[in-house]
Amino acid sequence: MRFQFINMMGRVLLHFFQATGALGIFGAKTLYHCFVPPFYGKAFLRQLIEIGFYSLPVVALTTLFAGMVIALQTYTGFAQISAEGAVSLVVLIAVTRELAPVMAGLMVAGRIGAAMAAELGTMRVTEQIDALVTLSTNPFKYLIAPRVLAGVLMMPVLVFIGDILGVCGGYLIGVYKLEFNATTYLMNTWEYLKPMDIVSGLTKAAVFGFIITLMGCYNGFYSKGGAQGVGRATTNAVVSASILILIFNYILTELFFNV
Amino acid sequence: MAFFKRVKQPLIPKIKLSGVSKSFGSKNVLSGVDLEIFPGESVVIIGGSGTGKSVTLKCILGLLTPDAGRVEIDGVDLAAASTVQAETLRAQIGMLFQSGALFDSLNVWENVAFSLLQNQKMSRRQAREIALQKLAQVGLSAEAAEVYPADLSGGMKKRVGLARAIATNPNVIFFDEPTTGLDPIMSDVINDLIVSTVKTLGATALTITHDMSSARKIADRIAMLYQGKIIWTGTVKELDKTDNPYVRQFVAGSAEGPIQMDLKA
Ligand SMILES: Nc1ncnc2c1ncn2[C@@H]1O[C@H](COP(=O)(O)OP(=O)(O)OP(=O)(O)O)[C@@H](O)[C@H]1O
Ligand SMILES: [Mg+2]
Repeated sequence: MRFQFINMMGRVLLHFFQATGALGIFGAKTLYHCFVPPFYGKAFLRQLIEIGFYSLPVVALTTLFAGMVIALQTYTGFAQISAEGAVSLVVLIAVTRELAPVMAGLMVAGRIGAAMAAELGTMRVTEQIDALVTLSTNPFKYLIAPRVLAGVLMMPVLVFIGDILGVCGGYLIGVYKLEFNATTYLMNTWEYLKPMDIVSGLTKAAVFGFIITLMGCYNGFYSKGGAQGVGRATTNAVVSASILILIFNYILTELFFNV
Repeated sequence: MAFFKRVKQPLIPKIKLSGVSKSFGSKNVLSGVDLEIFPGESVVIIGGSGTGKSVTLKCILGLLTPDAGRVEIDGVDLAAASTVQAETLRAQIGMLFQSGALFDSLNVWENVAFSLLQNQKMSRRQAREIALQKLAQVGLSAEAAEVYPADLSGGMKKRVGLARAIATNPNVIFFDEPTTGLDPIMSDVINDLIVSTVKTLGATALTITHDMSSARKIADRIAMLYQGKIIWTGTVKELDKTDNPYVRQFVAGSAEGPIQMDLKA
């Protein structure tokens, strides 16, 4: 009985190390091919548009409402200790440090991570990736590097826009619902605005962009077993990216703010 | 160096497989395949469905790594070659996949011209011209060139795949069932195309087929794969005279004989 348990634990651990190792090698290979020519500019451009432009509506909506709800909740909480004035500050910090990057990360993981896993997975099971190799094109350069690079570059842009919209959401609630003075609210926001808040959020965004695209590509690239396998790859890509985003969000917050 | 007179060298095979084995899990697919294909030769592999013909091709291309044995192209072991070396070797190889394996994000002519556009950095105009010319050779019109692969019939996909395989004028070409799914007339057009490609390009060709009339037309030499090994090779003439019972049964297409299909559930 006990041996069986140890045996099982061992197997789980081995499997874990094997998976992490494979992912590590995949990530290292990807990074290498991001910086070594030839580069495929058109494929890269397509991914920039796909990730950056088409994710804009989802990211804009989620961050706007996140900013609004934070303003509302902060008010109901802080009014009890007569600190309503802190609303603009809380909105600013919450949105730029945490909400915009995490919300955008999770949304883009759902949109882009899933799409990448499904596309690459289908290419794998229909032998299109093999065909690429026979046409002497390196799949890492043609398929994966453009996606990962575009993710790392576009996520900060999305989050920056999310920052602005989140703060706007807070402003809308603060001024039109909670009836703060508009000028004071804006002045407060401006006064408390610290570069570090923005920079930390954008750094997180770049890391999340890497996580999302890497998990999407990795799961898709090694998918097998027809339509079912592609479905599994897609689920794994989104779930693993979401979990990793939350874990790394915590780690990065610790690193940046060192509380 | 002048001391050494150059002796006439024996012909080096373009492709050489020695003892290639491949299993998937417990399933043994190839168990020691030996095959030599010489420059300018057209070899056809025949064999039952699921005997590992496609796996053999993928091992030669390096898409699958054999568990044992060596694959050499121009005397170079592809598995041991550097990335650059492997890529230059692959650049001279064209491959038609059994399923077509067309890129569904690109339209037909972009598929055909893929290598010209991506690797040879040809202008789109020039690449399109060549693509249309190759498409015409497989009986596809300029109209079909703008269509996406998802909207093609099975036989059309196969022909686009064929056009893509020969687009760069490779000197080694692999065809995985080039005539499966085509009508008899188109099959013969494709047979002629393969023969003329091999002749005009001086290419070395390795074709997999179940279609015996196609095999007779395009093969200089035929090899039969059975139970993970090449059990017979010979010319078309020898094919009709052989007394190898396996080959005879296969050629005759008879259910009676030493090859037993496993029909038990
Ligand atoms: N990637 C793979 N994973 C597991 N098994 C595989 C894989 N590829 C092929 N096989 C198995 O290897 C065997 C040979 O497959 P292969 O595709 O080479 O057959 P084939 O000779 O080309 O048949 P057909 O004439 O029907 O195309 C089959 O039993 C198949 O199930
Ligand atoms: Mg096959």
